[in-house]
Amino acid sequence: MDIRRLNTVWVILMLATGATWEVGEQGFAGQLAMALLLVLSFVKGRLVVLDFMGLRRAGLMWRSLLIGWLLLVSALIAIAYRIAPA
Amino acid sequence: MAELTLPSHRSTAPPGDLAIWVFILAELLAFGVFFAAYAFGRAHNVALFNEMQATLDRQAGAINTVLLITASACVARAVEAVGRARQVSGARWLLAGILCGGGFLVVKGAEYAEKFSAGINLSTNTFYMFYLSLTFFHFMHVILGLVILTALWFKTRQGAYGPADMNGIESGAAYWHMVDLVWIVLFPLVYVMR
Repeated sequence: MDIRRLNTVWVILMLATGATWEVGEQGFAGQLAMALLLVLSFVKGRLVVLDFMGLRRAGLMWRSLLIGWLLLVSALIAIAYRIAPA
Repeated sequence: MAELTLPSHRSTAPPGDLAIWVFILAELLAFGVFFAAYAFGRAHNVALFNEMQATLDRQAGAINTVLLITASACVARAVEAVGRARQVSGARWLLAGILCGGGFLVVKGAEYAEKFSAGINLSTNTFYMFYLSLTFFHFMHVILGLVILTALWFKTRQGAYGPADMNGIESGAAYWHMVDLVWIVLFPLVYVMR
């Protein structure tokens, strides 16, 4: 694992956290805001799985299990927000 | 041609002990059910959830996101350092990670104190039932993660890990990253999404 990659990942995670915070500050609501937040958390979670947990170099099965968890949780949240009366 | 006889460096097993990964998957499953229950619970009480979410301290949640992610980055740097036989540097990175994780507990503790002094508890309403149980379940995992990191810190200082002996530190680090991963979903879901 190289140091530059880890530092770059940290910077991306901080920027994505700032973007998530800004969505809250601006009071964005609704389906588009929900989708944006889920994309941001997926991008962050995927980097944690691949670079911090080090699964980028592990087999496809382990990578798929963890990233699949992120996708499944995101999909369930999206469905729950879709069916919720506005 | 010589490369063909060398063992592949691209191993299929994840870093650390296989048992910790099975444990991590079980934890993620539990949190996943919790997240889905929150989201579908909200679908039946949108007005209440939106109103109550506005009473949360989003700034504290964001600061805690920064602390947990930074702790995770420190732990990743610790594993990297120990992998290059830099145990002194590795121990320092672990300590930095422990301090960030401790900071999370302080901020979250202050948030809880504020809610409790306002008379909020599990039976206040459905939103706060979810908020308190979900975040406290995660809080307990941060505490366990910090216990593990502290053990890793002691053992790294004693020189127990090195390039040829990465299993323990990689396993403990993987657990900590799981705690971070869960918060990365929890923060936008509970504090921001409406």
